[in-house]
Amino acid sequence: MAHLTRLSGRRLVAGIPTLWLLVLFLIPFLIVFRISLSEVRLAIPPYTPLIAWRHGWPSLALHWSAYSFLFTDPLYVSSYLYSLKVAAVSTLCCLGLGYPMAYAIARAGSAWRSLLLMLIVLPFWTSFLLRVYAWIGLLKNNGVINNVLLYLGVIHHPLALLQTDFAVYIGIVYSYLPFMILPLYANLEKHDATLLEAAADLGARPWRAFLAITLPQSLPGIVAGSLLVFIPAVGEYVIPTLLGRTDQLMIGRVLSDEFFENRDWPVASAVAILILLLLVVPIMMFQRLERRQLEGAA
Amino acid sequence: MRSRALVARGALVLGLVFLYVPILSMIVFSFNNSRLVTVWDGAHSPTLKWYAALIHNEQILHAAWLSIRIALVSATAAVVLGTLAGMALARFGPFRGRLLLAGMITAPIVMPEVITGLSLLLLFVATEQLIGWPKGVGAVTITLAHITFCMAYVTVVVQSRLTGFDESLEEAAMDLGARPTRVFLAITLPLILPAIASGWLLAFTLSWDDLVITQFVAGPGSSTLPMVIFSKVRFGVTPDINALATIMVLLVASGIAVSAAWMRRRQKLRERDLQLAAAANL
Repeated sequence: MAHLTRLSGRRLVAGIPTLWLLVLFLIPFLIVFRISLSEVRLAIPPYTPLIAWRHGWPSLALHWSAYSFLFTDPLYVSSYLYSLKVAAVSTLCCLGLGYPMAYAIARAGSAWRSLLLMLIVLPFWTSFLLRVYAWIGLLKNNGVINNVLLYLGVIHHPLALLQTDFAVYIGIVYSYLPFMILPLYANLEKHDATLLEAAADLGARPWRAFLAITLPQSLPGIVAGSLLVFIPAVGEYVIPTLLGRTDQLMIGRVLSDEFFENRDWPVASAVAILILLLLVVPIMMFQRLERRQLEGAA
Repeated sequence: MRSRALVARGALVLGLVFLYVPILSMIVFSFNNSRLVTVWDGAHSPTLKWYAALIHNEQILHAAWLSIRIALVSATAAVVLGTLAGMALARFGPFRGRLLLAGMITAPIVMPEVITGLSLLLLFVATEQLIGWPKGVGAVTITLAHITFCMAYVTVVVQSRLTGFDESLEEAAMDLGARPTRVFLAITLPLILPAIASGWLLAFTLSWDDLVITQFVAGPGSSTLPMVIFSKVRFGVTPDINALATIMVLLVASGIAVSAAWMRRRQKLRERDLQLAAAANL
């Protein structure tokens, strides 16, 4: 009897969150997929039904028009490629800045370490939106950076910094830097110093020892941090909207505009499905890494 | 000093400057008299007039109150669901549906927000058609959406805390005949309480801060604070938003300082206890 209640108790503990996520996470994706295979129409809801009645018989009405539309209009293809480029460049910049930062924190004395980690995490607790907004004030034509450079005589006319690719890179690196540093730090902190000492004893120069030992060992941290930056950056909406170009949109903005401005639900859904297809491999890579880390099975 | 360490420390200082300059600039310019936000009006500054304007801004106050209520409910529900999921993943070993649950937990964390937002709205539209619920979108649908993405974070925090703990205490209690609920309340819950607390704070912050998903599942009359801020700053900088940012930064910083001081005190007490115990053994 006790055995039975225990089993059903366990079923409840695992079942309730599973059911919640099935209804509010998995099923919604199926709905998005289904709507991406319909056509837009002037009705409520604004898309054609899945089952069409022909001569009294039901038949499956699948339309590929949303997808063919996306592939024939160069606007969508270019914003797709542009999003990939922006996410890739930002991820590399994040890695370039974040790796040495994580390295320095991992090598700092223990008293410093917790303070430095707190300084890295603290901005994350303050509003993301407001921190992106702060960059408008810094990058504007009459903003802080231009004013300082003009005052110092480095430039004579204000530089156009806002609404450029540069501003988007700055915004993404700025917002996602903690996500790069934390997994890298968690990895670097565990490294065994004796390997480096052995390399030094054998006459390896410090940089050589770093390239041969530390860098390959930190690969899981590099991959985890890069995925945590790259995947959300592809679909980023707020940063390019506030800081980015107006002549070249990122794909997340395109999705939102199709839905809210053009009221074209099938095309917006098709855009979502295509972003997902692109991200399914990185997302599964991230999940494998997470599982290994959380379950301690290295 | 080794060149490698020098490069790393240089990057660390640079990175920290990069992280804090925008926040500091917002704080400084919140006391600026000029409407031009980034041009310092030395003759009439510092001033508190943007803070005064903020207190009288009905729209912002109303939105902030809505955001607080949504974040309180979302964080609490997310903690319950996330703790259940974290328990199942960390303690149940292999079970049917484990891979499904683990996959659905990590996916929302990295999923681009526009996709999550769109899919949730389409779900609510579909259920309204099928079962007549919810009647339009608003605070309720925002809360449901927030619970869903917040619980993923809580699960990860709780699961990693549980994985670090020895199961032997729980097993011992069970061997002594304690019921699973009793074991959970007497042993597991106190052990993971710090994780639950930080999970709740994280969930509250994420809910309070979310814009993109919220925009999809919000309706007329249910504008949260980030939505109001976004619609204001989209068309340029406004000084009262600097004042708002300053207040939020100060609240967060003081909260973190208090919790850090509290943790340090606890650590010191524990060290003293250990020393006393060691002395008693002599």
